[in-house]
Amino acid sequence: MRIFDPHVHMTSRTTDDYERMYAAGVRAVVEPAFWLGQPRTNVGSFLDYFDALLGWEPYRAAQYGIRHHCTLALNPKEANDPRCAGVLDELPRYLLKDSVVAVGEVGYDSMTPEEDRVFEAQLALAEEHGLPVLVHTPHRDKAAGARRTLDVVKGMDPGMVLVDHLNELTVGMVHEAGCWMGFSIYPDTKMDPQRMVAILKEYGTERMIVNSAADWGRSDVLKTREVGEAMLAAGFTDEDVDRVLWQNPVAFYGQSGRLTLDDVESGGDYEGNTILRGTR
Amino acid sequence: MTWLARAVADVERDPETVYALFPRAAREGGPGARAELLRALGKALPDPAAAVMKLYWQGDAGERLEILESLPQLDLGPAALPLVHDALRTNDTRLVAAALGPYGSAWLDDHAFRQGVLKCVFMSVPLASVEGLGRRFDEELRRMLADFAAERRAAGRPVPPDVLERL
Ligand SMILES: [Zn+2]
Repeated sequence: MRIFDPHVHMTSRTTDDYERMYAAGVRAVVEPAFWLGQPRTNVGSFLDYFDALLGWEPYRAAQYGIRHHCTLALNPKEANDPRCAGVLDELPRYLLKDSVVAVGEVGYDSMTPEEDRVFEAQLALAEEHGLPVLVHTPHRDKAAGARRTLDVVKGMDPGMVLVDHLNELTVGMVHEAGCWMGFSIYPDTKMDPQRMVAILKEYGTERMIVNSAADWGRSDVLKTREVGEAMLAAGFTDEDVDRVLWQNPVAFYGQSGRLTLDDVESGGDYEGNTILRGTR
Repeated sequence: MTWLARAVADVERDPETVYALFPRAAREGGPGARAELLRALGKALPDPAAAVMKLYWQGDAGERLEILESLPQLDLGPAALPLVHDALRTNDTRLVAAALGPYGSAWLDDHAFRQGVLKCVFMSVPLASVEGLGRRFDEELRRMLADFAAERRAAGRPVPPDVLERL
């Protein structure tokens, strides 16, 4: 089973996780920029974080045989802090980078006017740079948040929008809007593998994307694999599983034109030191 | 006209355009495109050091690597040494190895050069990749490598052959 985790915050995870992910079949990840638990107080703090997502973290992932891409944005929570507003001025030069495959996570947290402004500004940046958009939906007041999100992205090509953290109550409207549907599988909140399988049975596998969204909270980087196994147990085929866990995220982020998976797809040996091999 | 030919012409006409072109150059212009843009920058500006430094500080790991590799061709004197020091502070073997290329070997002071070599040993970067190691090898570096070997032996761990052969 080859797995592409399209939403996982590896910066918060240990190298043990990278080893376990590789053993479970994970060969590629996308790490969206988000908040770090501790609110940041200045723009420079974001830039160092973005630099780590473009430098140290992909390097670390490569040592465990996993290809790392990222999405960059000012996240909705910190969009409300005027000290961080300057991040929007720096984003355009970051969105040019090779391993940036989308703008994200954008969207709503508390649905404030500031969040509206920052969300719309970043949708415009995505269009300018030809990048798809990863949209976070709020944990509180989720259905209203998802509806408002769909209103905001209405003018865009729905194929360029992934609306994430969906559940039984929000999947229908996103399906209807034609956007990609993301599901974060968590140990005890959001979605679990059984509920995910039920949604796949009802809506099919098209435009369906499953992630672990693992971060510094209670979460599990192997949840994607559990979904694959639950799908097989429920009668889905290997091809269905591959579609949800690999082909769909590849198709979505591939729209950036910047997804490079040649190394991992050929199954090359990483123990032979990819890193040194890359220099000569 | 290819993407690269157009980009080179842009940079020669207006060096400021390099900041938007350089990050995209590898995917749009192919391998070697970034080196071409740096060459164009060197032609367009009487002293390109400040622009090269800015590109590096704004660069991702891939951009930084290609800048380090282009330094010997850019005729900057010691002005770009802060970039070499930055690369030597990282934990990325590609950047550390590139920092000890011809430019770093030519301009690093003895202390920094020895520390860089020892860092390569710790990170398993082959010493054969360190430019000018024979020329810059001195008694103090030999002592540092010998101490490293002694520490390895005391721990019951093997001493890498490229260290052994230089003791
Ligand atoms: Zn997230």
